[in-house]
Amino acid sequence: MKKIRLATIWLDGCSGCHMSILDMDEKLIEIAEYVDVVYSPYVDTKEFPSDVDLTIVEGALSTDHDIKMIKKIRANSKYILGLGDCAITGNISAMKNLFGSEAVLQRSYGELADTNASGVYPSKIVPKLLDKVLPLHEVIKVDYFLPGCPTPSDAIYAMLRSLIEGKEINISDYTRFGK
Amino acid sequence: MIREKVRVKSFKINGIDVTGASNQTILEIAQENNIEISTLCYLKGLSCVGSCRMCIVEVKGSDKLIPSCTSKIKEGMEVTTDSARIKANREMILSMLFSERTHTCSVCVSNGNCELQDKSTELRLEHSQVPYGHARFEIDASHKNFVNDPNRCILCSRCIRVCDEIEGAHALDLMGRGMDTRIIHDMDEPWAESLSCTSCGKCVYVCPTGALYEKDISAEEAEKKRNIIMELLERKVEQ
Amino acid sequence: MINSLEELEALANTKRCNEQNCQEELRVCVGSSCASLGSENLKEILDAAIKENDISDACRVKAVGCNGLCAKAPLISHCNRATKISILYEEVEEADLDELIQSVLNAAPVTHKHCDITQDFFAAQTKIVLENAGIIDPDDIEDYIAHDGYKTLFETLENKLPNEVIEEIKKSGLRGRGGGGFYTGLKWESVAKVQSEQKYIICNGDEGDPGAFMDRALMEADPHRILEGMALAGYACGADKGYIYVRAEYPIAVEKLTRAIKQAKKLGILGENIAHSNFSFNVEIRLGAGAFVCGEATALITSIEGNRGNPRQKPPHLSDYGLFGQPTVLNNVETLANIVPILKRGAQWFKSIGTASSSGTKVFALTGHIQNSGLVEVAMGTTLRTLIYKIGGGIPHGKKFKAIQTGGPSGGCIPESLLDLEVDYESLKKVGSIMGSGGMIVMDEDANMVELARFFMDFCKSESCGKCTPCRVGTVQLTELLDKFVHKKATKKDLELLQNLSHVVKDTSLCGLGQSAPNPVLSTLKYFENEYLEGISND
Repeated sequence: MKKIRLATIWLDGCSGCHMSILDMDEKLIEIAEYVDVVYSPYVDTKEFPSDVDLTIVEGALSTDHDIKMIKKIRANSKYILGLGDCAITGNISAMKNLFGSEAVLQRSYGELADTNASGVYPSKIVPKLLDKVLPLHEVIKVDYFLPGCPTPSDAIYAMLRSLIEGKEINISDYTRFGK
Repeated sequence: MIREKVRVKSFKINGIDVTGASNQTILEIAQENNIEISTLCYLKGLSCVGSCRMCIVEVKGSDKLIPSCTSKIKEGMEVTTDSARIKANREMILSMLFSERTHTCSVCVSNGNCELQDKSTELRLEHSQVPYGHARFEIDASHKNFVNDPNRCILCSRCIRVCDEIEGAHALDLMGRGMDTRIIHDMDEPWAESLSCTSCGKCVYVCPTGALYEKDISAEEAEKKRNIIMELLERKVEQ
Repeated sequence: MINSLEELEALANTKRCNEQNCQEELRVCVGSSCASLGSENLKEILDAAIKENDISDACRVKAVGCNGLCAKAPLISHCNRATKISILYEEVEEADLDELIQSVLNAAPVTHKHCDITQDFFAAQTKIVLENAGIIDPDDIEDYIAHDGYKTLFETLENKLPNEVIEEIKKSGLRGRGGGGFYTGLKWESVAKVQSEQKYIICNGDEGDPGAFMDRALMEADPHRILEGMALAGYACGADKGYIYVRAEYPIAVEKLTRAIKQAKKLGILGENIAHSNFSFNVEIRLGAGAFVCGEATALITSIEGNRGNPRQKPPHLSDYGLFGQPTVLNNVETLANIVPILKRGAQWFKSIGTASSSGTKVFALTGHIQNSGLVEVAMGTTLRTLIYKIGGGIPHGKKFKAIQTGGPSGGCIPESLLDLEVDYESLKKVGSIMGSGGMIVMDEDANMVELARFFMDFCKSESCGKCTPCRVGTVQLTELLDKFVHKKATKKDLELLQNLSHVVKDTSLCGLGQSAPNPVLSTLKYFENEYLEGISND
């Protein structure tokens, strides 16, 4: 049997959902029989590969880099699974939308900075913040959604199993926003 | 004025034969017969305003979607509560409710104890179909016991109604129009300075989300003391 | 005090005789359009000139309401009672007044600024509702009475039973002119049938559609006709109290109505036991604070009750549970203005005008890219082509016609291919628009239909009361989506969402505002889809 080429990535998120993936513990071994992890924070691949079957995306989109990345992911992946509230609603990452990117930069590089006499924001090394943090599906087509903060590992397991077996599940049985 | 006398009416909900009194609503009869209809602004014992539009149903012969909480029953009507069209509309309306303000469940006092959240699992809505708005509203934490966070408000107006109809104070009302609408105390005074508020807390207990909540309590205690107010509301229904 | 029909006719005759001696009349339009171009100043100058030349016995200067051709404002007409000739002058300025005075003094003809009253703009109209507009002085109840005013009320009180009035209105086929098109007779009947100590008649003068000014002109030009219509409605339905809900943005209308009520009360035409009958009727004015939603029946009533003008779910209908919980008739200004002519000339006569399903006439406010913008009244069934090209004089600057928007923010856009549509309630509905209150906005080839849809959606967004979810949130979402199309940044998914959302808002909103808010989007999508497709970017 050909293994599923699986990628995972975290964009503007806290990595909590990736922790949840690891929290599957012994079930990871079971999943590993079916998947080949071709790109992930867990593995050392520099470039996002082509011909990915499923990409699990954690986190929201908050920089120009995120946008470029997610478009590439979409182009290279057959299916995309939005993992966790940040990817689906913007969640904590999107709370800065209430104040705007300018206010956030001002706070972090001005008011709270110990050594930034010039008060200038870095513009070269770090990616540029978008005006608004966006959930994935406002930019690209997302095929599956699995909410939670972080998404419980049981839910991730059930979702992966259902995708592997081609069965439908009611994800509300496993998780919801904020769980 | 001569009002119509109360009569018994027979009709159908989802093909099931049901009966009720002519002064009852479709929603009441559905609930009596254990037919589930999603509601949000509705609370038994309070007046029905039909504002959230979650409880929409179809009646055969009309292409309109009507709120079941305000619609009186009629002889021979055939009500459908769960067609594909109703479901699609409900999902869109729920999406709208999630998108209009900032519902960050993970940091909300009502996480796990929120009727809006419950609707998402009930309707199996795992993402909003419309973009998020993220308008910011000032939080009023002036009251010694309670907080009003309009960012989590879905404008169901339960708090206004319970204050008016049960407590009899009418300390709360609406201000502004459209998306700027918000719940205010008196003439938009800080809650602590409201002269008509009796600090009874009924508004907090009926609030379906974390928009009105109690101060200084742990997450475990955050469950709303709905049973106190529900008892009062039940009595009101019996009257 | 006038206590009977005889006394009313005596007053009318006295007034007519007094005027007989005054051969010439200069009617200066002081309706909003003319007044905004200084017509009140023109009237003052004429008044002074008449006084100076000591001809006030022979010539009278009269301030009158709108005569329709607002594009040529200010308008002054010069009427000679003996020769029955009246000449209309257009775009009159201060400098022209001397010549006008000279023509009164020495019958020297004025050489310019003539407005041809035989032109199609006037000739193709059928004036029923506006028959007095531009002729009588709205500030003078006696002038109205001299034009057979209040005669119908007094005759009805003497000779007809309330149910006979309702029968007549039912037979006439009159339908609500505020937009819904509900049969007025049926509405009255349902209230008349309910037994109640207290009933109300409400006149809806909260005209809020952008580009609509029919009711405003009517209230300004002929306020007594509306009062008479209300009193007749009160008599027919058994109501003794009426309210006129006018938006505060119409100060002239408010002023004219207030004065009219005062004059009518003074003469005993309104008040207790009118003409010694058992019928009493009082009218009060309530001012709207500028919320568009207050034009919606239930919101309007809530507003009159002194509460926040939010609509409520119907049923219960107003006939069961209206103002202060009592049975209530709510009619639009123009509907009420139709009552007197119907009762005066009979239902058969009224039915002979218009189409089978929609009898009578309709007043339209023609605006936008059109030569003769202004107020026109035509028989139902008149084609859009007649309205635009014959009466409206076509599109200015030699441009091509593109679309006409009817029914304001609740209506739709009609393309050129449907210009031969005979306008009535059903035909407009069939093509995805509505009659509405009668605003008609004409657009030439340069108009962008997506921008138009966005304009109206933005309007509904700011006017949504916020009570129900679909209207409160949906209008915001739709405005933002349309913004994307205007800036050519939309995606195919956005188009899908636009259609989807439009239907949800239309199908699930609580009141008419939300239910009809997507109409401009849906109708432009239907006829001008290509403009939306142009708004989709490829990247």
